[in-house]
Amino acid sequence: MKRPTVIAIEHLTYTYPATERPALRDLSLTIPAGQFCAVLGANGAGKSTLCYALAGFVPHFYRGRMEGRVMVAGHDIAATPPSALVGLVGLVFANPFNQITGACYTVREEVAFGLENLGVPPAEMEPRIAQALAVTGLTDLADRSPFALSGGQQQRLALAAVLAMQPQVLVLDEPTSQLDPAGTREVFAVLGALAARHHTTVVLVSQALEWVATYADRVIVLAEGRLVADGAPTDVLTRPEMETWGVGATRYTQAARRGQAQGLAPTDRPLPVTLPQAVAFWS
Amino acid sequence: MRVVVTDVVFRYPSGVQALAGVSLEIAAGEAVAIIGENGAGKTTLARHLNGLLRPQQGRVLIGDWDTREHTVAQLAHRVGYVFQNPDDQLFERTVRRELAFGPRNLGRSEAEIQAAVARTLAKLGLDALAESHPYDLSLAQRRLVAMAAVLAMETPIVVLDEPTTGQDAAGTALLGRVIADLRAEGRTVIVISHDMDFVAEHFPRLIVMADGRILADGPTEAVLAQTGLLAQAQIDPPQLVRLAAALGLPGIPTTVDAFLALWARARATGGLDRV
Ligand SMILES: Nc1ncnc2c1ncn2[C@@H]1O[C@H](COP(=O)(O)OP(=O)(O)OP(=O)(O)O)[C@@H](O)[C@H]1O
Ligand SMILES: Nc1ncnc2c1ncn2[C@@H]1O[C@H](COP(=O)(O)OP(=O)(O)OP(=O)(O)O)[C@@H](O)[C@H]1O
Ligand SMILES: [Mg+2]
Ligand SMILES: [Mg+2]
Repeated sequence: MKRPTVIAIEHLTYTYPATERPALRDLSLTIPAGQFCAVLGANGAGKSTLCYALAGFVPHFYRGRMEGRVMVAGHDIAATPPSALVGLVGLVFANPFNQITGACYTVREEVAFGLENLGVPPAEMEPRIAQALAVTGLTDLADRSPFALSGGQQQRLALAAVLAMQPQVLVLDEPTSQLDPAGTREVFAVLGALAARHHTTVVLVSQALEWVATYADRVIVLAEGRLVADGAPTDVLTRPEMETWGVGATRYTQAARRGQAQGLAPTDRPLPVTLPQAVAFWS
Repeated sequence: MRVVVTDVVFRYPSGVQALAGVSLEIAAGEAVAIIGENGAGKTTLARHLNGLLRPQQGRVLIGDWDTREHTVAQLAHRVGYVFQNPDDQLFERTVRRELAFGPRNLGRSEAEIQAAVARTLAKLGLDALAESHPYDLSLAQRRLVAMAAVLAMETPIVVLDEPTTGQDAAGTALLGRVIADLRAEGRTVIVISHDMDFVAEHFPRLIVMADGRILADGPTEAVLAQTGLLAQAQIDPPQLVRLAAALGLPGIPTTVDAFLALWARARATGGLDRV
């Protein structure tokens, strides 16, 4: 069964105001419904800018110069007011502080805020809020002030607020960068399940290569604003160019490579990127 | 310079008890990583080291100074603290001015300031961005600028709150080199991080926190061997430690080379027949 295309980017070139070098260059990309697509790349490669372009912050908020076209669920982003995208595309910012409204007294109200704006009926709100708090591990903190939280707890709240809105397209910019290791693993599992079971389209920027390899359906790599790789996680994550692109490799891949170079490891097996693959590689 | 924390208790005005009796001692020139679940109290502890927070009970000594008897401005001569969120820290118009701000506040001479700024820009690979506005940079770049601004103060103690967050492979490797340099210069380095692979590779000592308390404090290999305790603190061991365990290798490899040595030894002694 072929899934309908949800995201279609055609020759997108974008330059921030008062800068000369485009942050994204001639980027073309299509993503089908329900795909979990991870975006990798070095510092400054354009990953956040791509997230902004999918959610309409580029060009509507940042302005600047945009060429090409970004279509999300049939909407031409440049021609659609951001308010019309709310509920369709949910963006989790890299810095959770940018997400917290400042208008709410509790964590629960913060999650409710987006649902009220969407006009979700009150009877439906309660279970959605409870579920979003549960999957992000915030149930016990529901009555805290959003400003009386640790960094990782704030990041969990930013994620919960967007998950509760159940957008068709989830765009997440390093949503686990401040989470503890177990929290990171759990969030990836939740995102994997959303894509697989609810056909939510997930576009995720992350440096957590092990969990990208485990849960993503597809990996794309940006380098200096250009799309330089696109394919299955295991293939892309073991490419030698990943060093040049500044992405690096999991320790599983690094150990296997160095083991091969030292004559300690088999050379006829595919390089591992996850723990089960690494166990198979060395067994 | 030595850090001594004794029985520190701290409660935020909201009533949350973030530190429930924390004691630790870090010798001059030591490099220590603090790990633990979200909300464990790591940042709250770090903020006690430069006087942003004062203990409600107990005591924090920075060298021979009790933090309750010194101002934040005085403590800034001894402890450089890089915030978890760089946007809480950056406010100048250019990266270069951001780096000059700290040393100027410490009363350094103009020549000393310029030299420290140049050294730090080069060390963190920021030369090309020196005239940029910090807000025109990507988040990981802003994090490096925030760190550079503190390193330029050349304090005897450096505290980095989640410096690896969002860094690419080059940025993480750069951080590893910065930490090695600080250690070589005999400075005390305290780093908070959720990146267990990074922590295992760069720190000989780990402190694990949960619920405002210290759960474990000791040599990295010994701490990483305590699987049950780590799980309690929401920590998955580093990738290579998990791999060694899954392969039945006896040991806690903290680096790729340590893993390969462990593998070679087990193979040579026939210990892997059953794998
Ligand atoms: N608001 C802005 N104004 C001007 N230039 C910007 C702005 N934000 C980002 N840039 C520039 O655009 C380029 C891409 O930045 P972007 O934030 O998309 O990178 P990134 O891949 O998300 O990096 P990181 O991993 O550090 O978050 C960088 O060169 C950056 O300096
Ligand atoms: N400004 C604040 N006001 C009230 N409570 C706070 C404040 N900052 C943090 N807390 C609470 O204090 C406890 C310790 O928080 P702290 O920021 O020290 O945790 P942390 O270990 O640094 O966590 P993280 O890994 O998420 O950064 C948590 O329960 C947190 O919710
Ligand atoms: Mg970014
Ligand atoms: Mg913290």
